[in-house]
Amino acid sequence: MGVDKVNEMGGVNVGGKKYKLEVKYYDDESTPLRTAQLLERLINQDGVKFVLGPYSSATTTAAAPVVEKYEIPMVEAEGAARSLFNKGYKYTFAVLSTSELYLASAIGLAAEVAEKNGKKASDVKIAMAFENDPFSLDVRAGVLADAEKYGMKIVLDDKMPRDLNDISATLTKVKALKPDLLVISGHNKGAATAARQIGEMKIDVPMIALTHCEGAKITTNFPGTVNGFLCPTQWAETLTYSDKYFGSASGYDKAVKAKFPSYKNVPYQTAQATAAVLVYADALERAGSLDPKKVRDALSATDMMTFYGPIKFAPEGNNTAKPMVLRQIQDGQYNVVAPSKYASHPLQWPRKASAN
Amino acid sequence: MFDNIMVLVAAPVFNIQLLLDGLFIGATYALAAYGLALVWGVMNVKNLAQGDFVIMGGYIAWWLGNHGIHPLWGVPVAIVFMFGFGWVVYVTIIRRVIDKELFTSLLATFGLAIVLAQVLNLLFGPEVQTANAGFPILSLFDNAVTLAQIKIIALILCALLALAVVLFMKKSRMGQAIRATAQDARAARVMGIDTDKVYAFTFSLNAAICGAAGALISMIWVIQPFYGISHSIRSFVIVTAAGFGNLPGVIMAGLGLGVMENYGGFVLGAEFQQVVVVGLLLIVLVWRQFQQHKLRRAVI
Repeated sequence: MGVDKVNEMGGVNVGGKKYKLEVKYYDDESTPLRTAQLLERLINQDGVKFVLGPYSSATTTAAAPVVEKYEIPMVEAEGAARSLFNKGYKYTFAVLSTSELYLASAIGLAAEVAEKNGKKASDVKIAMAFENDPFSLDVRAGVLADAEKYGMKIVLDDKMPRDLNDISATLTKVKALKPDLLVISGHNKGAATAARQIGEMKIDVPMIALTHCEGAKITTNFPGTVNGFLCPTQWAETLTYSDKYFGSASGYDKAVKAKFPSYKNVPYQTAQATAAVLVYADALERAGSLDPKKVRDALSATDMMTFYGPIKFAPEGNNTAKPMVLRQIQDGQYNVVAPSKYASHPLQWPRKASAN
Repeated sequence: MFDNIMVLVAAPVFNIQLLLDGLFIGATYALAAYGLALVWGVMNVKNLAQGDFVIMGGYIAWWLGNHGIHPLWGVPVAIVFMFGFGWVVYVTIIRRVIDKELFTSLLATFGLAIVLAQVLNLLFGPEVQTANAGFPILSLFDNAVTLAQIKIIALILCALLALAVVLFMKKSRMGQAIRATAQDARAARVMGIDTDKVYAFTFSLNAAICGAAGALISMIWVIQPFYGISHSIRSFVIVTAAGFGNLPGVIMAGLGLGVMENYGGFVLGAEFQQVVVVGLLLIVLVWRQFQQHKLRRAVI
């Protein structure tokens, strides 16, 4: 999508000469080992000088040392693990927000609500259940840090094993402890199990935040139960970002749907992949050269606005300019409710499971 | 940990929730474990694909539910389908390993477990699924305890199925033949029992029982292609604790395990819920060892 758009608009102007972009793909089968092998092949045999990242944190973790070794820049859009950005990599740049930010905004929102209701933010009680894997524990670390900032009390902190198919004991505790906020993250499996059992056990916590709502299709599978759930997203088409390529977030949304009519909703993963291409186009033009080192320096100085959100890289390579947004499920629709400056709908609080 | 125990002391009503959840899920464990006890006792095959049979039954109910048929019909459909499937597995795989040493049958059924999980993954995808039976949820004690009607229905069906199997084993010719083969396969052959057919029937019956348990689990819990192993482990824990041919023992161990798991998850945290299962297995094995040691000394 991004490559077509940039080429359509005349390509990239590098030092007075116009270049068209072209992507060379291999299938890494989502296996980190394969990612590293194929990346070596791209660099050594195919002579690729600029790399776009693979999908998932695990494969990106395998790719980062390879690009570092060959001093070839990589702009990645699908690896959010925090561990990618504390190893001192100089050639890896990520347009997306890192995983510890996924649910941190829910804590801020809970504090806002508490203050609006005449309570102190430090009165908020939080119950948490996270899967015991690197991604979810990153999310947990972010929640913990923000909860500490507000002085909130963690009343429950359960970790779910990978193949746990029942969290009713955890939810019974939630019922007993009556928290103000319930936070759950465990990939698609965790989201589906949580949605099912929260409905079955009639858990009436006023605020529930959950990752992977879209992936687990909870609005189709558990329509009544999940009303009012808060779900984090990297990007939403209702956000008020704009750029010269797609005009706006909704412009991008329309363009993708026009080109690929099978998409009813455009996933944020697609949007950020496109954003990675735009970042390259911008950096190549500013570098005015095809030398990987010069492009890397241009990348690290990136400060641009895209339909996907603002992009500015920290020295570690993660994008610190773009916020995660929280969407609330309201009558089956995902509506942005936080942060307040991007909100398209007011927050419904306390949440109410609807009848259907 | 102690705060969690304090919660139970301060608000005893939550004990009821844990007990009920444990008993309902324990009943389906007991059902699958009884099938394992049957195969283990009669054929001396330790079926590591037990949990995957359960998950297959679950997918049958879920699939029917997706095609406009009430998932409760999944129970009889799973029984019939899995019986046939069990027969095919017996003829193609189990028959070849039944008289070989222990490790051959362990490896064969372990391989079968991996293949089944992957096939389910290819057919239905890796997502967690649940069959929606659509029954109301009862609230007791001011909403502190909730009870889905489907769980009560599942418990009754479990009891009925167990009763049917017991009657079958006691009264029918085939049931008697199975019991005779379990006691002494050679003697049974001498008496004119076709033990090959008995084995095929036993294995198929086990698959059918698992299928029924799985169909119920898909309605009261969630299923996923790779959840089979945790059901296999539970069946092994229950059978190891109760022994073969001991139906009351299997039922008690199954229900007990369900309750222990729920209490473990509550008191120690969800991360330790399955530790409870494996921990119990360890305790049972050590205790058994100790008991046998005493027995051996008495014999000497």
